Amino acid sequence: MLEAKGIVKGYHESQGLFKKRHKAVLKGVSLHVKRGECVGLIGESGSGKSTLGKIILGIEKADEGTISFEGKSDKRAYEKEMSVVFQDYTSSINPRFRIKEVIAEALGKSIACAKEKRAYILSLLEEVGLNETFLERYAHELSGGQLQRVCIARAIATKPKFILLDEAVSSLDVSVQLQILELLKALKEKHNLSYLFITHDVMCVTYLCDRVIFFKEGECVESVDKIEDLKHISHPYSKSLLGAVEALEIPNFC
Amino acid sequence: MKRLLSDKLAILALSILVTVMIMGLFAPFFSLHDPLEQNIAFKFAGMSWEYPLGTDHLGRCIYSRLIFGIRNTVFLAMLTMVCTIGIGVVVGVISGYYKGVVDEMMMRFCDVMLSFPSQVMILAIVGVLGVGIENIILANIVIKWTWYARMIRGMVAGYNYKNYVLYAKTIGKSDRFIISRHLLPNIFSEIIILATLDMGWVIINISTLSFLGLGIQPPFPEWGAMLSEAKNVLMSNPSQMMAPGVAILVVVASFNILGDALRDMLDVKGVVK
Repeated sequence: MLEAKGIVKGYHESQGLFKKRHKAVLKGVSLHVKRGECVGLIGESGSGKSTLGKIILGIEKADEGTISFEGKSDKRAYEKEMSVVFQDYTSSINPRFRIKEVIAEALGKSIACAKEKRAYILSLLEEVGLNETFLERYAHELSGGQLQRVCIARAIATKPKFILLDEAVSSLDVSVQLQILELLKALKEKHNLSYLFITHDVMCVTYLCDRVIFFKEGECVESVDKIEDLKHISHPYSKSLLGAVEALEIPNFC
Repeated sequence: MKRLLSDKLAILALSILVTVMIMGLFAPFFSLHDPLEQNIAFKFAGMSWEYPLGTDHLGRCIYSRLIFGIRNTVFLAMLTMVCTIGIGVVVGVISGYYKGVVDEMMMRFCDVMLSFPSQVMILAIVGVLGVGIENIILANIVIKWTWYARMIRGMVAGYNYKNYVLYAKTIGKSDRFIISRHLLPNIFSEIIILATLDMGWVIINISTLSFLGLGIQPPFPEWGAMLSEAKNVLMSNPSQMMAPGVAILVVVASFNILGDALRDMLDVKGVVK
């Protein structure tokens, strides 16, 4: 469904006053996401995974390479099918908007009747585990987990086929993380959604994803097609990532 | 709003400004004489019921001239401010939102404008266009808008990377929607603060230029011009300076105090209790 081919992206980095050096962030990345599939994109900070996400969304332009969505490569043609949930939930919502306005913004003029619109917004909030009392509130009156739920409600409001989750659970605490992951899993089954799950947390990937791509310094170093095969990875970088998690796991005393 | 009301000094400043503006709007109602009416026999008269602040060197009522001067001094300063900010917002938003070549060209132009000392530039523009209040206002706008454009561009560029703007771009919201609903409301409060703080500067500027004889031409009343006329008789009648001087001082100080209070109120970091 979503296909990225040979994405190259670089920035100019200034060195001193007049010298500028070209710094490559993405070095020819290709990936695809099928309908109803969740692909995990895992890599350390600064590896270029969020930049790749922005290019897929069409917010930034790639220097080379193409993005196509169901065969369409023009952003205007597929932007209605895509949505996004960001890591930083506090800046994801305009502090001057009420929660109902946040979701209404996503809907635009697609529903003319005000009553119908309200009912739909309410149904979305209930779907993500919030209730009517949140409609009139502002962002600063909600907790992190609640805000991220609002962001998810907003993301599914446009009935997209694909949602980019850019570190969507990384800045939440562990218990809330699990709730959000469960919610995402349930929504995925219900609406037959595809996710591209950008993260640096291996645990979240194993919980939600069908496939995993290891990402390092702007390149895909290894991909695992079955999540069960995660133990059999060969590339040293992916091994070190996985090893780091295992080292953190609580030893079994029993 | 509550925090503004708890600041007594700000309330005082606000009420002074509102009073001054009302007096300016209904100047014929508040004044006692025609501000241009001369009465040589009564020149340099002291305070009396008929002339509350006395009369000037041509026997004109200082109080009435002061009231009519509000229109020229305060309202023209406000007009200048509105025009300056209007241009600044348009250029700043275009520059900060669309980036790229347009941004680069506009900002380099602003750099050029900003590299001239502003007072000298104003004098130069007035020198070229000729003496008169329209030219003073024009010169002020020409000098000031670049400064605002830069400030507003900076604000817009900051909000441009907020996630809610990125989200709106992702789902294909129009630029008009993003600018009018996300960007402008957020920078509006900062613009108001800037404008209030800068009002004092503009008033002083207009008064200064009128004082130098470049702005409002006699016999029309303007605070700076009144000061200028009073300076001719500084030695014999020093009290002539008092009324327009104090008026400028109070109004400028009020704008500055109000601007400070607004900044404290709307600044997120200042949230206490």
